[in-house]
Amino acid sequence: MARIKLKPEKPGRRPIADKIFKIGATVAGVYVLVMVTLLVFQLVSESYPIWEEDGLSFITSTDWNAVDGRESFGALPYILGTLVTASLAMLIGVPLSIGIAMFISDAPPKIGGPLGFLVELLAAVPSVIYGLWGLFVFRLYFKDWIEKPLHDLFGDSIFLFSGTPFGLDIITASVILAIMIIPTVSAVSREVMKAVPQQQKEAAYMLGATKWEMFKLAVFPYSKTGLIGASILGLGRAVGETMAVTMLIGNATGIAAIPSSLFKPSQTMSSIIANEFVEASPASLHLPALIAVALVLLLIAIAINVVAHFLVTRMMNVKEGAINN
Amino acid sequence: MTALSVKPSDVAIKESLDTVIDSEKYKMIAENVTISYDKVPAVKNITMKFKEKSVTALIGPSGCGKTTFLRCLNRMHDMTKNASVTGKVMIDNIDLYDKSIDPIYHRRKVGMVFQKPNPFPTMSIYDNVTAGLKLNGVRDKKILDEIVEDSLKMAYLWDEVKHDLKKSAIELSGGQQQRLCIARALAIQPEVLLMDEPASALDPIATQKIEETIMELKKEYTIIIVTHNMQQAVRVSDYTGFMYLGDLIEFRETKKLFTDPKHELTAKYVQGQFG
Amino acid sequence: MTTTNERRQEYRNLFKQNVEKRLLVDKAVRIVVFACVIIAIIPLGSILVEVFKNGISAISYEFLTETPGSIGSGEGGIGPAIQGTLIIIGLSSLIGVPIGVMSGIYLSEYGDNRLARSIRFFNDVFMEFPSIVLGIFAFLVIVLILGHFSVWAGAFALSLIMFPIVARTTEESLKMVPITYREAGTALGLKKWVITFRIVISAAKSGMITGILLSVSRIGGETAPLIMTILGSSQFFSSMDVPMDALPLRIWRLSLLPYDSAQLQGWGSALVLIIIILGINLGVRYFFANRKNGILGQLVKKGIHAKN
Repeated sequence: MARIKLKPEKPGRRPIADKIFKIGATVAGVYVLVMVTLLVFQLVSESYPIWEEDGLSFITSTDWNAVDGRESFGALPYILGTLVTASLAMLIGVPLSIGIAMFISDAPPKIGGPLGFLVELLAAVPSVIYGLWGLFVFRLYFKDWIEKPLHDLFGDSIFLFSGTPFGLDIITASVILAIMIIPTVSAVSREVMKAVPQQQKEAAYMLGATKWEMFKLAVFPYSKTGLIGASILGLGRAVGETMAVTMLIGNATGIAAIPSSLFKPSQTMSSIIANEFVEASPASLHLPALIAVALVLLLIAIAINVVAHFLVTRMMNVKEGAINN
Repeated sequence: MTALSVKPSDVAIKESLDTVIDSEKYKMIAENVTISYDKVPAVKNITMKFKEKSVTALIGPSGCGKTTFLRCLNRMHDMTKNASVTGKVMIDNIDLYDKSIDPIYHRRKVGMVFQKPNPFPTMSIYDNVTAGLKLNGVRDKKILDEIVEDSLKMAYLWDEVKHDLKKSAIELSGGQQQRLCIARALAIQPEVLLMDEPASALDPIATQKIEETIMELKKEYTIIIVTHNMQQAVRVSDYTGFMYLGDLIEFRETKKLFTDPKHELTAKYVQGQFG
Repeated sequence: MTTTNERRQEYRNLFKQNVEKRLLVDKAVRIVVFACVIIAIIPLGSILVEVFKNGISAISYEFLTETPGSIGSGEGGIGPAIQGTLIIIGLSSLIGVPIGVMSGIYLSEYGDNRLARSIRFFNDVFMEFPSIVLGIFAFLVIVLILGHFSVWAGAFALSLIMFPIVARTTEESLKMVPITYREAGTALGLKKWVITFRIVISAAKSGMITGILLSVSRIGGETAPLIMTILGSSQFFSSMDVPMDALPLRIWRLSLLPYDSAQLQGWGSALVLIIIILGINLGVRYFFANRKNGILGQLVKKGIHAKN
């Protein structure tokens, strides 16, 4: 331990140094409140021109025209793009994550430890590298082995598989997103499943259940809320994702960006910003339109995450409650 | 505590075991069971025989291994990652630990009730009782209803809940929940019932009800109950085994063990000289 | 008892049939969940392999130190990008870490009131803000005001990502220090700030450093907030008030070019970036994050690792 100088203190007097310390700490704490307020204020005020111009129809319009004199912007395609890719990511990623959580929570530490570590490492890879790999490696295999066959077989009958499979489309972006949310969803799922009391599992075991039956009887019903929370947390992650999606979604704008098939290119709220922000001229409505998109993105991301956290903490707090009489 | 580190003599135990239970039928026999956690033995080389349709109490100070031993009787330690069990546990002459038998089928013959009531909280009373039955493939509603009524009656819960079986299990009181757990264990038609301090989490009235239930159940089932309450052992059991630090010190008819203990340790324990 | 033993045996006879099937189902589930793990790990393996395999041939002294050549020429290197990444990480930490640590101290040592509760809540909410939105915020309050792209804006944006994470990990680490440490300090007559810094933080050191380093590794890979703040550049750092390059930006811009040489340079840049990021990440785990401080578990739970 460090050497400490002892100085006797006059009783009853609150030291100045401590007062300054407390003020400093409080200021640091309040910093986040200031930033949140400032950020929201900036987004609202800088996007104001577009709200003034279009009102709420900005959210339902599908125009996207930056040409001077014919400017018209609408965020709907990108909102849909975000929701569709994030939902697909959830659809693919959540079952995988829960399976991983089941495996690791049950495996002996010698196997579970390293495998859990590797899954966690997935989270350390930067998004832009996911994009790079997706663009130059994954896409090629995915295009040839999955997209082309599906398109040839079902392209005419099922609308989902129409469009020329080039690999820069909704499904490719969604699959990469799914991989990216796996570490989070599986880690939270694992925590949630760990919170199931041992006696519940023992009760199932006592009845002669197999491991899987024990999961069905004791673990899943008990942790259902928490698992849903974990999934929605994954949805929130996917909604906020930018670079990997931008590099794989194909960069369509306006009406063409509306998600209509898995194999057609699209655009998300974050990707349209990434693609166009630097080129947008502040003098036009283009920049306010992009800032408005950012505002909508922010609100959606916050809403999803608040719901997710609520569900997870609710389940973790309830675990003691019910069975005590 | 040095006076208490007296080694149990094998002769004393063998004497106890054989004189107590003569040629009557044993439902369950544990032979040379040793249970270790991370290679450290917690239960050392115990042999016990359980007579059919009787109640055997396992007593002893905290940490003596009585719960650990109880749990090996239905292979509960399979769930514990670093536990290892050696020896045999025979029920109707089939060794539960034999590699060639199917544990799921035979383990079903041994039901268990835990210290704290643990009904499945998301299920109704009815579904809790039928949980084990559904696992075993019983689907016929008529049969399920029959068994539910039978099990709840045996657990002395039927009259209190028969009007609303769809009620959620956690809305019951503690004592009722515990009786529900007994019914749940009975529903799969076991032959042996293991109870791990079943009344320790309950109030005196609920405790009495549980003890009454045990007295009725022993007419049909072989019951092994772990308890730290010596009076309860006297009230409820026919035979008692006293364990200390992983060893079986003495095993005799309950009345004899408490009034005329053969081993110094037993005498000290039943006189309350250590807990 | 109204149920006879014969009836019970009939019940038991109903049971026999399905045990084999149940064991088969159990086995099938085991295989499926194991497959899930494999499916998740394959991309990780592929990414590491491909980055290394494709990037290694781009690496050379020139590549690591020179400025980029003309587009598509395949000459030059990513020197400015590497320098830029190191600069931006350093600056962001300079801003974000002190704020985060003091905020974490506030929450842990003074955090029992309503204000602290709302700070904690908003801290968690702020952590979920998409990083591109934070980039726009930095653009609006710095770039727009100054009239040009600026390194300050980039550092500010990344610091906004850092400080909530550092605040949360600092708070958790401090909370794990037993209250008896603080009581001992008070009994000795020490001032609160001395107790906090000399005693409590000493004890919480490894958890705090873990949190800080992991947040550094997180911002090192961030791209989106840099797009509209430092913009990217082909020149080495010259002043705080002009654009600057960074590895993630360079990777992205290279990936947009149709030339094979650009692709190769992209892989090379990715290799350098991954080495830096994983180096910090694995180094932290090896040296600091042990079972005792549990910070890693907290971070994973909070999903700290997500990247944009």
